[in-house]
Amino acid sequence: MKNKTVKLMQGNEACVEGALAAGMRFYAGYPITPSTEIAEISAAKLPRIGGKFIQMEDEIASMGAVIGASLTGLKSMTATSGPGFSLKQENIGYAAMAEIPCVIADVQRGGPSTGLPTSPAQGDVMQAKWGTHGDHPMIALSPSSVKETYEVTIKAFNLAEKYRTPVIILMDEVIAHMREKIEIPDKDELEIINRTKPENNFENYNPYEVKEGELVPPMASFGEGYKFHITGLVHDKTGFPTNKSDVAEDLINRLVKKVEKNTEDIVEYEEYFLEDADIAILAYGGTARAVKSAIDMAREENMKVGMFRPITIWPSPEEQIRKLAEKVRKIIVIEMNLGQYYLEVDRIANKLTEVHKYGRVNGELITPDEIISYIKEV
Amino acid sequence: MPSQLINNYFRTNSLPHIWCPGCGNGIVTRSIVEAIDNLNLDRDKVCIVSGIGCSSRASGYLDFNTLHTTHGRALTFATGIKMAKPGLEVIVITGDGDCSAIGGNHLIHASRRNINITTIVYNNNIYGMTGGQYSPTTPKGDKGTTAPYGSIDTDFDLCNLTAGAGATYVGRATVFNPKLIVKLIENGIKNKGFSFIEAVTTCPTYYGRKNKKGSAVDMMRYLKDNSINIETAKKLEDNKLKDKIIVGELYKNIRPEYTDEYNKIVDSF
Repeated sequence: MKNKTVKLMQGNEACVEGALAAGMRFYAGYPITPSTEIAEISAAKLPRIGGKFIQMEDEIASMGAVIGASLTGLKSMTATSGPGFSLKQENIGYAAMAEIPCVIADVQRGGPSTGLPTSPAQGDVMQAKWGTHGDHPMIALSPSSVKETYEVTIKAFNLAEKYRTPVIILMDEVIAHMREKIEIPDKDELEIINRTKPENNFENYNPYEVKEGELVPPMASFGEGYKFHITGLVHDKTGFPTNKSDVAEDLINRLVKKVEKNTEDIVEYEEYFLEDADIAILAYGGTARAVKSAIDMAREENMKVGMFRPITIWPSPEEQIRKLAEKVRKIIVIEMNLGQYYLEVDRIANKLTEVHKYGRVNGELITPDEIISYIKEV
Repeated sequence: MPSQLINNYFRTNSLPHIWCPGCGNGIVTRSIVEAIDNLNLDRDKVCIVSGIGCSSRASGYLDFNTLHTTHGRALTFATGIKMAKPGLEVIVITGDGDCSAIGGNHLIHASRRNINITTIVYNNNIYGMTGGQYSPTTPKGDKGTTAPYGSIDTDFDLCNLTAGAGATYVGRATVFNPKLIVKLIENGIKNKGFSFIEAVTTCPTYYGRKNKKGSAVDMMRYLKDNSINIETAKKLEDNKLKDKIIVGELYKNIRPEYTDEYNKIVDSF
């Protein structure tokens, strides 16, 4: 048994630790509450290991810099909150279209607009999926503890590299600023995925050619001898733009399907007291902690309540939610918004069961007591 | 027969280009590869980043590491590349609307950082790709499709803007004098810091037609007749310089370069 490193840290710090463990070597960001510590800690740690940190002039610029750095081969990330997340959307779409691996931590706060800068919220759930225009793949993960933030951040980098796509870590102010004990695993216990590289085929390299058996096209870096072109325009396998409708159709479908078809690989979730439950609460992120306490209390009152907690928010755990809907009498979706993920759950449940929503947008946490009251009410 | 420069440095299978007859963009693009050729740069280490607009399509035609980004954001992607891999020679191709309207913030901050990137703006005084709307460099009073009664905006002097913001090499030349463009780009690339070259180009299709500037040849003649070299300009009275295009090396300075400064921090550990 090896000695584990045990530390007390906040979620934002765990995010940086996870990122560094995953191999993050470039960070570009812009100060915004409540994500700023992710930038501050990255600024302190990255140069010590030969990595790069840059504070850009705005949110848009930091997303651009992250993509540029990733194209040179460095694992890159940025962090932000609602207003900044809105600004980054254009270049998040670029990363999705041009298939540039990168990670974006969005520490959610009250919105819309500048909203409630220091209060928790979960109002960016739909923005994470649909914030940028056009049809595109999206992966978003939502941790529920400091420890899980560390793990989810590593997973975010792994998925970004594996699927060549931007990955969102959908945090909230509760998880970001809460301090908890976390056990840092040994490096050799971690699974780290790096992007697939082309095999020195300098003359015939097509940056977007997917060969038989490949999940995504192998990715060269700038400066290695492959003189390829990258654009946000619709492009064929050579990387050059085209207006051909069949190429556009194939490209967008390939991008969306590389995630959609691999939902099983990407999806992660937790089930809590669901075996005999006839009411299931679906919650994620910080809210799931209150739900867990509520379920412990409800169980003492012999109420058959359990929780389904998606860790992967996008793509949604569709199959698991459908099975849940077949099994339980009611699903209650509890989230710090007015029912965003509820829409997804209600769609998947497709009238197999009753789906209720309980939400809040005033910056206050949802408490276990009121969850119990609401369960009794429905 | 195309020149050897075209055969050597252009992706000839991506030609013909999308630019209109009489457009000056081809002259600027050829000047860039001529400068690269004169400096004998390792083309595998050259990275050309562009934004959105007519000029920014140039990246697709050039056989280097090339990146066609989002509108106004070329410098942000370029900054990420240069910061991540300072060994790459990063050149940004942009237009007047791209770099000074939607990308204006990035332009002044790249200048301020003095990061070793050479930016070449193809200034045609108009948004060409979208069909002739007035840009931040459309001269006050001139027309665009969104300024049908003449622009009331004061236009930018992009060279003064970047010099004021901290760029360490700033120059301007017109497509009438490509030799000067080549020289400025060469010196810009050699400068260890942020270099800004304004290539004044012609858009007979939109700017020219909207403002009754005549044919492409007339517009070229206008550039010839109205350009004054900075050394000559220094000796002239201000009233002689009104509406003239001041060309040449306009500003030079030596300041610490951004990635060098960052690497000092990395090396201190």
